Amino acid sequence: MTLRRLSGGLACAAALALLLPAAASADTLDAAVNGALPESVAINSIWVVVAALLVIFMQAGFAFLEIGFSRGKNAGTVVAKILTNFSIAALLYWAVGFAFAFGNGDLIGSSGFFLINYGDPQEAFAVMGLSDATIESKWLFQFSFCAVSLAIVWGTTLERIKFGVYVIYAVVFAALIYPIGSHWVFGGGWLQNNLGMQDFAGSTAVHLIGATGALAVLLLLGPRRGKFDGDGKPRAIPGHNMPLFGLGVLILWLGWFGFNSGSTLGALDGRFPEVAMVTLLAAGSGVLFSILTAYWKTRAIDIGMAGNGAIGALVGITAGSGYVEPWAGVIIGAIAGTIVPLGVYAIDKRIDDPVGALTAHGLCGIWGTLACGLFTSPRLAEYNGFGEGGLVYTGSFGQLGTQALGVVVVFAFVFTLSFVTFFIIKKTYGLRVSEEEEEAGLDITEHGMYGYPEQFIPAPELIGYATAPHGSRDIPSPARPVQREVAAS
Amino acid sequence: MKKIEAFIRHESFEPIRMELLALGFPSLTISEVKGSGRQKGVTERYRGAELTNYLRPKVKLECVVATSDVETVVATILKHARSGSIGDGKVFVMAVEEAYRIRTGESGEETLQAHPEAAVEVAR
Repeated sequence: MTLRRLSGGLACAAALALLLPAAASADTLDAAVNGALPESVAINSIWVVVAALLVIFMQAGFAFLEIGFSRGKNAGTVVAKILTNFSIAALLYWAVGFAFAFGNGDLIGSSGFFLINYGDPQEAFAVMGLSDATIESKWLFQFSFCAVSLAIVWGTTLERIKFGVYVIYAVVFAALIYPIGSHWVFGGGWLQNNLGMQDFAGSTAVHLIGATGALAVLLLLGPRRGKFDGDGKPRAIPGHNMPLFGLGVLILWLGWFGFNSGSTLGALDGRFPEVAMVTLLAAGSGVLFSILTAYWKTRAIDIGMAGNGAIGALVGITAGSGYVEPWAGVIIGAIAGTIVPLGVYAIDKRIDDPVGALTAHGLCGIWGTLACGLFTSPRLAEYNGFGEGGLVYTGSFGQLGTQALGVVVVFAFVFTLSFVTFFIIKKTYGLRVSEEEEEAGLDITEHGMYGYPEQFIPAPELIGYATAPHGSRDIPSPARPVQREVAAS
Repeated sequence: MKKIEAFIRHESFEPIRMELLALGFPSLTISEVKGSGRQKGVTERYRGAELTNYLRPKVKLECVVATSDVETVVATILKHARSGSIGDGKVFVMAVEEAYRIRTGESGEETLQAHPEAAVEVAR
């Protein structure tokens, strides 16, 4: 009922917004028609839109990573979840999210609802004023971040959560939690503007916020059936497809070049290739250190940890990618890569996080944010205009303290709001499917269809599935050895 | 010698295996099978069209034991496999004429005994 009422209200609001003229697009068009649109607007907009599309492609990465780490009976549900969440985030970020996140204001932004009637975009969204890319391209880019943060929330909840929970929390998350939290960190809010917190592309603002939501829901949701035996000892529940997981990791890695390098919001200062390079170096050293650490602990070259190490290092370098030099990227990635296996092993003893999101996005997000306090280069702090150089340059703990404060504040804010939201959902709608539904898998119980029907429906019941061609006719047998003439040498 | 053949739910297998192991019956074979009975089928809805499968997945458990052990093993299976709902499955007991241990060529009921090493495993 609540859902229906809410969606009705949203539809009315959307219809209203469509009736009103969109001032900024019209201004851009007028300028272009009169030949007065600077080329820099077009160049910067191209880069920001390309970067946004790379980040949007990360949704495919999250989908494949989660599908690969799920069992085959829960593969299809991930597809429906990703598409639904992505769509909810798009509409709500347009309606209110972007205004809360990037409008002017210390605590919460207040201009640009439905992206209309905001006047001059360079003033209305002053924190992004360093770039003259059109506001629509900036909106697309920032929306793609919101969608990534929301996708991170659900990695911990696989294989047992009710589908409706995604829908309800997505609305709260995309309208309030993410916009307000990210506003403080990189939307011109108090942590950034008043204290000088540094988070270039969102180790805290995107990844820690997502992972904090993930922790809140996990504490209320509990582990999958069979994750812990009678003595509370954790058992492995292997995912069904490591190649799909690997594909997901590589898509995420590719998308990250949009995520970090696009956060320059423009191409003309020539900063974005350097950001891409720092990102790549960190990810590379993260993979290697994650493999080494896992090998040291388990004597196996762990496929999952190689992938998680890449993700953890990419999360780690997200805050610093525009603030640190390449050599520091290597160190930040190496430490993130070491954190990943150790964090996963420790967390797995107590709570059930099927994809390791709490470690890769949470612990590594915290590490990446703190790492700015250590490694931020004074020249880049000055160029970006926030905070000062890190400990290794200045010998001062000032920036490190600011970073730590930012982490604590954002964590506390997001955890409280998320926990309350999930608590209310648990008491009213419920978080978990029944035990029987969990055993049967979410594909058939929540969606009425299997992700892999041929694995679950016996072939004789699938009309048109013959087992083999009829053998009585003269069919050449591939098993018959073929005689080859050997060439005389 | 008797062969016990049980068709059970997937989730009941692990408790049965644990208890049989503790009782000294480590030797068994399972197959993943599909079959029909009184339990209703599963209806899949695919893009608006329906497809009902009447065959449902079950685990088939087979083990051969000395005649004097049949009661113990069957009691264990019944205890853990019964949820009380339709679809819990069935247990069949049938005569076995002879048994051979391939490694040594021994035959008879003693080939069904667990090894001393297996007993150590159980004790742990």
